[in-house]
Amino acid sequence: MPDRIDALTSASTDLARPESLWALFVAFTLLAMQGFGGVIAIAQRELCERRRWLSPQDFVELLSGAQVLPGPNVCNLSLMIGDRFFGWRGALVALAGMIAAPMTLMLAMAWLLGEASNVSHVQGVIKGVLGGIAAVAAGQIVGTVLKLAAPIKDHVLGWPLCVALATLAFAMTTWLQWPLIYVLLGLGSLTCMGTYLLLRQRARAEGEVGGAAS
Amino acid sequence: MTPLMWSPDVWWSLFCHFLAMSLMAIGGAITLVPDLHRRLVVDNHFLSDLDFTSSIALAQAAPGPNLLFVALIGWYSGGLGGSIASMLGIIIPSTTLALTVSRWVSARRSWLSVKAFQAGMVPVTLGLLLATGAHLAPPLHDQPRALLLSVIVVLIVWLTKTPLIWLVVAGGVLGGVGLV
Repeated sequence: MPDRIDALTSASTDLARPESLWALFVAFTLLAMQGFGGVIAIAQRELCERRRWLSPQDFVELLSGAQVLPGPNVCNLSLMIGDRFFGWRGALVALAGMIAAPMTLMLAMAWLLGEASNVSHVQGVIKGVLGGIAAVAAGQIVGTVLKLAAPIKDHVLGWPLCVALATLAFAMTTWLQWPLIYVLLGLGSLTCMGTYLLLRQRARAEGEVGGAAS
Repeated sequence: MTPLMWSPDVWWSLFCHFLAMSLMAIGGAITLVPDLHRRLVVDNHFLSDLDFTSSIALAQAAPGPNLLFVALIGWYSGGLGGSIASMLGIIIPSTTLALTVSRWVSARRSWLSVKAFQAGMVPVTLGLLLATGAHLAPPLHDQPRALLLSVIVVLIVWLTKTPLIWLVVAGGVLGGVGLV
């Protein structure tokens, strides 16, 4: 299992970090303004691959935390990432970056659309553009899931079981239409419990071998 | 809608509604939509049914977090002040809680239970994210070409490093000229 403590102090890894609060704000503004139909896909691309502030594994783990907590996932994610680098000021700056520019743009759009609402031709074109963007957004999310699934091959539960569990979570929400909270509490507590037992077993085995654990 | 309408009583009411609902939004603000509709459209008549639905559609397509549909609902209910009041209401409680909890967790990062939670939730998180993608995907029988576009985008995002914004532009153009 990869050592989480090393990844955090970031001295021993090849991860980078934002130089200043301003850099953090700019990064989150840029990724928010590129996130059409949801920000998760672009956040993974920008933060893990382009800027290398987080490893894909960090990203999924933070996202898991953000998902369980109430509140919009992306906002929780921004808070946690900002907090990790600059404490509470970083958290607020990242959240502000995520919200300020897109909110301004969207209110301006709402206002203009209100003014243009009696031109039906324009409305048809806008509808088409929105439809095309929505189709791309759906594809982006699924593509990001496939990318984020890569670290699963080192998972304690083993990758076949992980794929089965992910499929189950998908089926519960999509076909059975269970409320999200049941999936998180029901399936989530089972997988956490199983992982806990396996990790404990492994820790004991390592202890018996000679206490050389990190 | 006049952007600068002055209606502090509506703003206060919006702020309180969103404040009350913030901590119920497990899995994102979008899960609040049915309850919000009941409170703001049916009970209070702050905005019309059409404005409510188009707030959600516009926020899905526009850049930024989907949470911004809250700002639009506030806008249609009470102008600029309404949108700021609504956003503050939805953000303050969940933000405070998220920051407190995530700090508590990272201070106990070496605990076995914390490690088990972080690793154990990974498959569930991936499954739920996949479900979000499927939910947004265009239906096969109505829009087969749009669905084909989604599938192509899946492959491009997964296998290449093409900047995502190009894909969005391509989707917008194809949709605008009526090809998907």
